[in-house]
Amino acid sequence: MITTRNWILVAILLLLGAVPAAAAYFEQPFYLDLLRRVMIFAIAAVSLNLILGYGGMVSFGHAAYLGIGGYAVGILAHHGIHSGWLQWGLAIGASALVALAIGAISVRTSGIYFIMITLAFTQMLYYLGISIEEYGGDDGMRVPVRSQFSGLVDLNDGTQFYFLVLGILAASLFLVHRLVNSRFGMVLQAIRSNEARTRAIGFSPYPYRLAAFVISGAMCGLAGALLVNHTAYLTPEFMNWTRSGELMFMVILGGIATSAGPLLGAAVLLLLEDVLQGWSLLPREAVRDHWQLYLGIFLVLVVLFARRGLAGLLPGKNE
Amino acid sequence: MNYILIAEQTLNGLQLGVMLFLLAAGLTLVFGIMNLVNLAHGALYMVGAYLTTWFYQATGSYLLAVVLGLAGTLAVGIVTELVALRTLYERDHLDQVLATFGLILIFNELIAIVWGRAALYSTIPDYLSGHVQLTDSLRYPLYRLVIIGVGLAVAVLLWFTVSRTRIGMLIRAGASNRAMVAALGVNIRLLYTIVFGVGAALAGLAGLLSGPIYAVQPGMGELILIQVFVVIVIGGIGSIRGAFAGALIVGMVDTMGRAFLKPTLATVLSPTAAETAGPALASMLIYLLMAAVLAFRPEGLFPSRGS
Repeated sequence: MITTRNWILVAILLLLGAVPAAAAYFEQPFYLDLLRRVMIFAIAAVSLNLILGYGGMVSFGHAAYLGIGGYAVGILAHHGIHSGWLQWGLAIGASALVALAIGAISVRTSGIYFIMITLAFTQMLYYLGISIEEYGGDDGMRVPVRSQFSGLVDLNDGTQFYFLVLGILAASLFLVHRLVNSRFGMVLQAIRSNEARTRAIGFSPYPYRLAAFVISGAMCGLAGALLVNHTAYLTPEFMNWTRSGELMFMVILGGIATSAGPLLGAAVLLLLEDVLQGWSLLPREAVRDHWQLYLGIFLVLVVLFARRGLAGLLPGKNE
Repeated sequence: MNYILIAEQTLNGLQLGVMLFLLAAGLTLVFGIMNLVNLAHGALYMVGAYLTTWFYQATGSYLLAVVLGLAGTLAVGIVTELVALRTLYERDHLDQVLATFGLILIFNELIAIVWGRAALYSTIPDYLSGHVQLTDSLRYPLYRLVIIGVGLAVAVLLWFTVSRTRIGMLIRAGASNRAMVAALGVNIRLLYTIVFGVGAALAGLAGLLSGPIYAVQPGMGELILIQVFVVIVIGGIGSIRGAFAGALIVGMVDTMGRAFLKPTLATVLSPTAAETAGPALASMLIYLLMAAVLAFRPEGLFPSRGS
């Protein structure tokens, strides 16, 4: 069944597909770059929404998989392997493995323990990234050659890269949509709303939650591979804990456990950051230098007063 | 020679441990009693360090600066509790994490607006600087010994308050069953504010003590905060005893790992391999320890009784 909300989401994706032509017409390639970044983070937020929104697992360490995806591409590129099939395959595989390891320990816990453990493991990976001098250590390293796909797609071409990201975003939205409406997704949501009753009707929560955690990690790893191709620079900052916080905020801002939420949240947060940092109309330099202050105030206000998120404002029935 | 190094590093580990304890005690109490995840606890640590450094430069008296710094952090903590956190007690953990994450951004920027982004130079008075001759060949900085002493004294005081006084009894009762304590006529709001204020002052104390050792700069609270999370996860959330044990374990393991892992690895691996693996492994050690503890004791070493 396709709801009104999902038709709106499809319309948004179609609009995004029209952006390259518009950007070329108005000669504003900058917006192509900005929207590509928005979509990459939207993929990460979509993956987080699967476990945070539908699974009820408050992961405060989702940036870890952005980092692992990024490092998978960066490390292979550093050793002269530029095949995107290998790089992205490794990004997804390694993220899934790490998610399996972290998940195996953390999914057994819940509530505050889960939050702190996912945060701590991501911080561990962050320090690991900082201490490996071979791959840039604290400073990070340039990844000058983008992933190569046997001549099928050329990531150096801004428009082709844009459409690839859009395609992956659409695919992840579709995948999560199918997952949460499948038997698997129903069990996952049942565990979120009442774990005891789900147990009572014969489902063990652990394998379902762990599977969702791994799928989510792998998807976010792919976003990491896209991100490092986008920035052409790899640093441990990919895994900084504030990144995890931003991803969580995107999900909440957009509307938790909604299909359009992560995309809306990523778009609003990143565009807002961009406006606050670069908008020449803001009265003084000093205001722009302290844009995080306004971001913080915005965040607190959203959490306190706008629980339903942006997707709640869209026409159509609440999910 | 080697024994001296080990003794010195043990003291360093103890110093880091009591520092972590000062932060963990407040955080674990606030969580245990109010069920509040307060990421902004690290911001109070930062406020303590800034206020004390600033008052010391302004007044020239260290003791006065310490008193004013503690009082200032207490005030900032209570105002934060009244204005922002009070509305969060009834919310779920996700909201608390995000709102206090927002508070961190606000605190960091406010500090940067007032004092700038560069690290502040923090000094200690003459009577606390210098070294103490502990044994014939072991000289140790007096200031670090003072930190250890203050930390242990606070630990004893807290233990006494929590286990032997009336307010401590209320705190323990609040941690195991909040609704029941409120039903018995205790002003739970006031209890919350007191506990939060004490936690804030302890964080400020940790901040002002650490100022001369680590850098006083915006964002200084977050790095240590995540270590504090590891401490209370290992110790068991809501338990002062657990916070103390966890803090000492984490402080020791982290310090020893950084000091001895590389030379130890060099005896089994090639020097270049040890050069790479040593620091990497040392920085991951406390998180691996946390994983190991959780694998066997998912509730931590000293799970708090009750809820």
